[in-house]
Amino acid sequence: MIQAQNLKKIYNGVTVLNIPHLHIRKGESIGLVGNNGAGKTTFFSLLLDLIEPTDGDVKIKDIRVNQSEAWKPLTAAFLDESFLIGYLTPEEYFYFIGELRGQNKADVDALLHKHEDFFNDEILKKKKYLRDLSKGNQKKVGIIATLIGNPELIVLDEPFANLDPTTQFRLKKIIKELADDKNVTILVSSHDLMHTTEVSTRIVALNKGEVVKDIHTSAQTLRELEEFFAV
Amino acid sequence: MFRRFLNLEWKAFTRASSFQANVVIKIFMIIGAIYFSLLFLASGFLIFKVIKKMGQDPLVIVSKFMWYYMIMDLLMRIFLQKIPVINIRPLLTLPIKRGTIVHFAIGKTVLSFFNFIHWFFLMPFTLTLIINGYDPLSAVLWFIAVTALIYCNNFLNILAANKDWVFILIIALLLGTGALQYYTIYDVTMVTNVFFHGFYTTYYLFLIPIVALAGLWFATFSYFRKALYLDTGLKGKHEVAETQDYTWLNRFGTLGIFLKNDIKLLRRNKRSKTTVIMSFLFLFYGLIFMTGAIEQYDNAFWKVFAAIFVTGGFMFTFGQFVPSWDSAYFPLMMSQNIQYRDYISSKWWLIVIATIISTVLAAFYIYFGIDTYLIIIACAVYNIGVNSHLVLLGGAFVKTPIDLTTSKQAFGDKKAFNIKTLLLTIPKMLLPIAFFMVGDAIGGIQLGFAILAGAGILGFAFRNMVFRQIEKLYKREKYKTLQAYKQK
Repeated sequence: MIQAQNLKKIYNGVTVLNIPHLHIRKGESIGLVGNNGAGKTTFFSLLLDLIEPTDGDVKIKDIRVNQSEAWKPLTAAFLDESFLIGYLTPEEYFYFIGELRGQNKADVDALLHKHEDFFNDEILKKKKYLRDLSKGNQKKVGIIATLIGNPELIVLDEPFANLDPTTQFRLKKIIKELADDKNVTILVSSHDLMHTTEVSTRIVALNKGEVVKDIHTSAQTLRELEEFFAV
Repeated sequence: MFRRFLNLEWKAFTRASSFQANVVIKIFMIIGAIYFSLLFLASGFLIFKVIKKMGQDPLVIVSKFMWYYMIMDLLMRIFLQKIPVINIRPLLTLPIKRGTIVHFAIGKTVLSFFNFIHWFFLMPFTLTLIINGYDPLSAVLWFIAVTALIYCNNFLNILAANKDWVFILIIALLLGTGALQYYTIYDVTMVTNVFFHGFYTTYYLFLIPIVALAGLWFATFSYFRKALYLDTGLKGKHEVAETQDYTWLNRFGTLGIFLKNDIKLLRRNKRSKTTVIMSFLFLFYGLIFMTGAIEQYDNAFWKVFAAIFVTGGFMFTFGQFVPSWDSAYFPLMMSQNIQYRDYISSKWWLIVIATIISTVLAAFYIYFGIDTYLIIIACAVYNIGVNSHLVLLGGAFVKTPIDLTTSKQAFGDKKAFNIKTLLLTIPKMLLPIAFFMVGDAIGGIQLGFAILAGAGILGFAFRNMVFRQIEKLYKREKYKTLQAYKQK
């Protein structure tokens, strides 16, 4: 699904990301872990063609992301608030994304209905614009919006941060369900090792821009990661 | 402490990406500043002689028109002077006295060019007064008083910044007193002259502006001092939001999706609302040129100039800043299922629709002759065919993020209309006039209009090719634009 080849990003002589080879297969659920500055967001930005690679390339389904836009219909991402349109109400935002992804209003409504408990009655029909919602509630909107239109690849940067405990549990459930779906590849980054090991089938740990661990999740994974990061 | 603030300000200024991207604009602004300084300087030195030659007392005449001078100054400030912003929020919890923060934010405005420029006029004028035998002490008092009034304007502008009614009041005052004087019904300067000339003739009247200035400083200070809380002055208003569908736009397919969003953008953000009002006002801009009221403007050259603005108001005020309107969520637009082409053409259609609406609304110009309206139509065709593309092309280089929401905050960047907008407009104005003049020289006015409209139709016909170029340019600039929009 995703293929990174010799991928490098250098800012003023400092290599912030260097991935000689990374192959992510369809249906995998990847947890990307690492400290601040490990290159998680840089990798996502390269994947979404938001920054230019210094060297190498990323392909989504054999499409080089900086040469064609054909990957866009397959991919949904939520990295930060800059993926939200502040002057829309949550409903309008969902419908907007739905229209872009070829979904009609009923499709979107059905999806929203399915995730009603995730919203915890704080999002819909509140007569508020997205810019006036709290950080946590904004995040809920962004996350659910990535599910619209059955994308084949979902990218979430730090989805657990800023969420209240109950919502974190619910989010884990959603991600696990997606992970079970063999047609959906999901990429989640997090600082929280426990959350990540719970929801992912494969863990990629980054440190200072390099892949330092690439393991399939098992009973020992959490211990192994904790040992690695406890310096 | 102030030195540290200044240091922060300097860094914010030099490290902003718009500074690096728009060096050309900065140079234009500096040239403009020098030009105006020289203009003021020259009039400061020469006005004495000119009025003397007419057999009048220069000080009396200058004092007489000081009323209009002050009002015009205030008006220019409201239009052009940006209220300096220092990023207040991070400073609040640091061990800095609140008063210091506010004093700095206000004090910074004192250094503005809009205050500075008047020195170029007032200093040489006062100097020539003294040289020509006016009482030195009185002349200096007059100078101090008038300067104090200029600074009063500075604070009035800050206090009035968020209040539209002040703006309307000042325009009404200017037009009202101007009209009354023009039709010799009532001469307001008879009264104001006593006041302004009084700075010279008495030794105490100058105290009034000084006291007013101190009072205004205090008022501004306490206004912002009180507003310096996260839940008052530094907080945005929360308005009740209604979900709107605009289902009637669905028939336009992909274009409709974007149009729906753009209509919401225009309606729900203060910054963009100002844009719509501005473009409506531009409709009437032609009245100055088309009615024959001013002789110098009563020729085809100026009429083309005006006609471009009449139908192009929205294009210039909105189109100029594409894609910056979407700066807050640009990463979304760049990674969502949106093809570049659709994005650009939806903005183009929005501009075209607005231009067509303006052209229809401008139909009242028929009153001034069918020829007048034909000029407007010819220019509308040119706007649609050529300028719309130029505007989008230029937009690729405008990398100033637009913060749609801060216009509601006490210390926000409040001005939607600034010098930069005007500067970018110049090439789009000169080209059609040149087209017209070439046609006019060869085969008369009719050919001039034909060439103008022809250029527009040609541009429209080749729009697919032009779009491809614009698309390429946007793609090339994409990463830089994303980077620039990250900084607010």
